[in-house]
Amino acid sequence: MTPTTQSEGNFATQLLSRVAGFGFNLFEPLFRFAQKKLGVPNLGWLFVGPNLLVFGLFTFLPILINFVYALTGGIQLMPQNRPFTGTENFQILLECKNYFDIASCRKDIFWRSIVNTIKFSGIQVVLMILFSLITALVLNRKIIGRGFWRGVYFYPVLLSPVVVALIWKWLLQSQGVLNAGLLAAGSTPINWLTDAGWAFFWTIFVSIWAHMGFYTLILLAGLQAIPKDMYEAANMDAASPWRTLTRITLPLLMPNLIVVLVLAMIRAVQIFDEVFVLTGGGPGSATTFIVQFIYQTGFAEQIHLYGLAAAASLILATGLVCLTLIQLKLTKADEAGRTVK
Amino acid sequence: MFSIHQGSTLLARAVALSFAAALPTAALAGEIRVMCYQDGVECDVTTEQAKRFEAANPGTKVIVDVVPYKTIVEQLPVQLAAGQGPDIARVTDLGGLAKYYLDISGQVKDRGYWDANFGATQPWLRPSVTDKGIYGFMSQLTMTGPYVNKTLFEQAKVALPGPKATWEDWVDATRKVASATQLPAAMAWDRSGHRFAGPAISYGAKLFDAKGDLVIDSGYKTAISKFVGWHKDGTMLKEVWGGSGGSTYADSVGEFTNGRVAMVLSGSWQLNRLQKDVGTKFDWVAVPNPCGPAACSGIPGGAAWVALKTSKSPKEVGAFMDFIASEASYSEFTARTNNIPAHQGLAKKGLQYPAASAPVRAALGVFGSGVASLATEAFMFQGYKFNRAIMLPTVTRVTQAIVGESSVDDAVAKLNTDMLDALKQAQK
Repeated sequence: MTPTTQSEGNFATQLLSRVAGFGFNLFEPLFRFAQKKLGVPNLGWLFVGPNLLVFGLFTFLPILINFVYALTGGIQLMPQNRPFTGTENFQILLECKNYFDIASCRKDIFWRSIVNTIKFSGIQVVLMILFSLITALVLNRKIIGRGFWRGVYFYPVLLSPVVVALIWKWLLQSQGVLNAGLLAAGSTPINWLTDAGWAFFWTIFVSIWAHMGFYTLILLAGLQAIPKDMYEAANMDAASPWRTLTRITLPLLMPNLIVVLVLAMIRAVQIFDEVFVLTGGGPGSATTFIVQFIYQTGFAEQIHLYGLAAAASLILATGLVCLTLIQLKLTKADEAGRTVK
Repeated sequence: MFSIHQGSTLLARAVALSFAAALPTAALAGEIRVMCYQDGVECDVTTEQAKRFEAANPGTKVIVDVVPYKTIVEQLPVQLAAGQGPDIARVTDLGGLAKYYLDISGQVKDRGYWDANFGATQPWLRPSVTDKGIYGFMSQLTMTGPYVNKTLFEQAKVALPGPKATWEDWVDATRKVASATQLPAAMAWDRSGHRFAGPAISYGAKLFDAKGDLVIDSGYKTAISKFVGWHKDGTMLKEVWGGSGGSTYADSVGEFTNGRVAMVLSGSWQLNRLQKDVGTKFDWVAVPNPCGPAACSGIPGGAAWVALKTSKSPKEVGAFMDFIASEASYSEFTARTNNIPAHQGLAKKGLQYPAASAPVRAALGVFGSGVASLATEAFMFQGYKFNRAIMLPTVTRVTQAIVGESSVDDAVAKLNTDMLDALKQAQK
């Protein structure tokens, strides 16, 4: 940097700090007044107050209302018009003649959506972590056009889920690009979205394609934080690449892997938008997941069963709380393990 | 003291208002907000009429908010339940929203005119059978019915089945066409319980028992069995019903305009779309509803302009409704939107459709004359407040049978449970 540009930079910084300082000074009398009235220990509430208000209004309040709806029946929106039905909504959702036969359940689609969500989460999360890890490992190496490839893998994350689903729908529909390719190659078209197996496969594929970049980024950051001298030492000891991976890279990447695991799991359980646009939950209920069931029961059907939807969402919330507790447990175990080491 | 009851009311209002906030709500006094969806140019014509109304009624402003159909179906009911909403809306859930309608019988100039011209369909909008109020009027009548790709029939050298042909006759004919012209399937029906109800009635579904309660009977089951069978044997295009989950609506007209099927079951509201999308690509015709053992029925329906209790300007609303229901306005609306009139006087006189192409004019004739062959159950079903308790689960459950998730028997049993559950909740 030349002396001129350096002094210009200093000037800009000084100007910015002066402007910011002036702005803060404007609030100073207000803060002094608040400090006098509330006392220093309580001043913190003033700062977190606006955020708490927004959080309370848009997070806690809906949770409370959700309980009210889950314990009442009918199709009325206003709580005072809804009769108290206790646990009836939960009983309807959970009623099965044989819990090993979903078809025997009164709300079999609710159960199908749970099974689909578990299947989807299990497969998608494992594959997501695997592909994200492989991609991160490759992108961490000195390959040609590394910046470009990092951009390529991250780009789908920037797209709206609806855009992602529409792009893939155009590719996969019966007269889509993929089938046109098959036809051109002399093969027969495949019902990608109307065959239950294929539709399920594509929901997993598309969600991995869309979100992998985000998790790759987290793992890449973790890989870059691993000290280089570890690898140099392993190299000097003539450790094989596999041994280096399993004894150095993966153990040191574990905190990032746990974050990726938990985030991916929570996101997988909440899957809705991409699949709703891509398959509409079909064919039949092959790709209907729990959030779609809640949406359809509460809002898409013209006899709005708000109570049933609220009960289902509480069941989903219970599942998510369990996942979060597992995350806390894993994180603590990981921290404890590292402390012992 | 602030009670829990008041608290819960306040909480729910807060949530409902958050839904309502994004939508047009009741206007100020002297201002009328009209929530409108359009299949063709319905809202555009209404906007023009509103301008003329404003010119004739200084001091009254009419704002026509054009919204997607989904908003009318999913968001308007929530908005109305929260005590918010426009002054007037164009709705299709005629009986389901009846409790929110505003009685404008005291505001209209000539009740006799309304009774004489809209008397037959007024009960569809009333909250109870004993009620005599005027809540709005049908902007048009619609009827479900099939469209046939005449060009494909000619190419395949297959004759079109006659006016009293059965569904089986049409299945045979369209399969021959599909085979000769290498179509992916012979036929498709809109993914809709409303559309399905027509053939179901033709196959003997009564839909109501002696007490007037909804019922899934053997006729309904036969229709499901036939329909599922036609999917299994490749007669029906699987994408339309099998391509979605839940009760999501999917129309079959897109497949028809793309020339992928020889016949679709849809309805008269698609005429403008066909005129625009098909143009001169191929010849198409509307044909009478095919017969089953019991009837040759479709389902009547339509959209209605309704006044809403949320209005702060009932007088102006009454005046505007009077204006758009007048013979001159109604005639203009119907002619420009290529719809079947619900106005009895105009229906008797006959209407000219200057914007309609020859196929559209012919189709309007087919649909118009088809009203006479509609079964009694079809009218009862259309006027029944909770008809969606059977229509929506039908889509979900029949699709499950189509894709092999359940047998027809299981699908019918589940459909029955869903219907009874929904009715039980609706009547609480």
